[in-house]
Amino acid sequence: MSNIKYSAEHEWIQDNGDGTVLIGITDFAQQQLGDLVFVELPEVGDEITKGEEISVIESVKAASDLYAPVDGTVIEVNEALEDEPELINEDAMANWILKVELADTSDLDDLMDEAAYQELTEEE
Amino acid sequence: MSSNDCSLQRTALYDLHIEAGAKMVPFAGYDMPVQYPLGIKKEHLHSREKAGLFDVSHMGQVVLKGQRAARALERLVPVDIVDLGEMCQRYALFTNEQGGVMDDLMVTNTGEQLFLVVNAACKEQDIEHLKTHLADQCEIEVLEDRALLALQGPKAGEVFAKLAPESADMVFMTAKNLSINGIDCFVTRSGYTGEDGFEISVANHQAEELAKILLADNDVEWIGLGARDSLRLEAGLCLYGNDLNNEISPVEASLMWALSKPRRADGERPGGYIGADVIMQQMQEGVTRKRVGIKALGKMPVRDGVELVDENDTVVGKVSSGGFGPAFGGPVAMGYVPTEMAQEGVKLDALVRGKKVPVEVVKLPFVKQNYFRG
Repeated sequence: MSNIKYSAEHEWIQDNGDGTVLIGITDFAQQQLGDLVFVELPEVGDEITKGEEISVIESVKAASDLYAPVDGTVIEVNEALEDEPELINEDAMANWILKVELADTSDLDDLMDEAAYQELTEEE
Repeated sequence: MSSNDCSLQRTALYDLHIEAGAKMVPFAGYDMPVQYPLGIKKEHLHSREKAGLFDVSHMGQVVLKGQRAARALERLVPVDIVDLGEMCQRYALFTNEQGGVMDDLMVTNTGEQLFLVVNAACKEQDIEHLKTHLADQCEIEVLEDRALLALQGPKAGEVFAKLAPESADMVFMTAKNLSINGIDCFVTRSGYTGEDGFEISVANHQAEELAKILLADNDVEWIGLGARDSLRLEAGLCLYGNDLNNEISPVEASLMWALSKPRRADGERPGGYIGADVIMQQMQEGVTRKRVGIKALGKMPVRDGVELVDENDTVVGKVSSGGFGPAFGGPVAMGYVPTEMAQEGVKLDALVRGKKVPVEVVKLPFVKQNYFRG
């Protein structure tokens, strides 16, 4: 079974199996946003709450919010994105945005598996 | 991908856009291509490096006919139309009683008539305005059966000369009637990207054929409205509705260059247009705010509507257009600030989502204009 899950806000959440997750945006989201020009990274140590804004992703077109898919604490951010936000356009699944220590690992149970996420994007 | 909204109008090139894989969006009542598979950034860079083809058929094409047409139009614009040379083009503005701008437009004297191109979102209002004020002076014809294509970029001249050799000696802001593969085109050497290029008015039923001929050149790619906006912003050109509106005068908009000398206080035909008293007084006494270029010192784009504050956190101005300039390689914006701050190097902060982003007043344009002046 895959250790990657998805949120309805078009994020992927990779379960590292040690109580931490990597969070990025999906290829579908990347395509919808278009060429990224700036990722406003959260700060290490920030507490994040499910459903609340944690970052802003700016494309050539517009600014879009990134919402926390889980509760937890930011323990690392992908600083490479500061200089090269386009890495996400190149490979959205390989370029995580933030690493989070989960407050409650059961949050992962509420997320979608790949098949369910596929279905969601086909509807949109 | 289509917007599937039946109330939207389509240009004569709609099918070609769909075929090219365009993402269509509603714009000024039309279903228009915002981007193609290349994406906004690459489309933008392509237009700065080679040649981009834009469908701007949603814009209004209007013709004024009659002996008195030029003099009549001068009642609505602070621009010299009477002495506009044959096959020459000029940028103009419809002004209102308060000295604000109702729309900006292009005027070409074809010798027999005046050919106007107005903004899509304003065209109904503009046509009404022309009819109200000029119907007794000249004949007003709206060209509903014509498309408008723009070919823009450093390679535009070369590409176009291959198809119509007589275009080679056209300079910026002049016009010619040209035939391309037997298709009659009314062509001006102008555009709205800061690059050399042409705007081509062609009959709707021949638009697709002409577009295909232009696209057959390896240097030409379709470019959508998304890149059109970032290109004009980098070039420091105003977008009506953002940088210009009914409450902003041409003097405030730093468009003094568009106010022709013969129409100024010391000119041959001073004033005589709607709002002249306000605008001439502003030219005399100055204005309290001005449009300037705004460069964000970081990487975060500063977009329209963002407030500008001084060192005391007092709101002093607002961004009117902003985004990312792919050729400039960073955020680009324009906005209005108090006249005393409208100087290169003045440092302010932009309030983006509650955070202060340091910005600086800069000279426009952000990229060198590349017009062909012969």
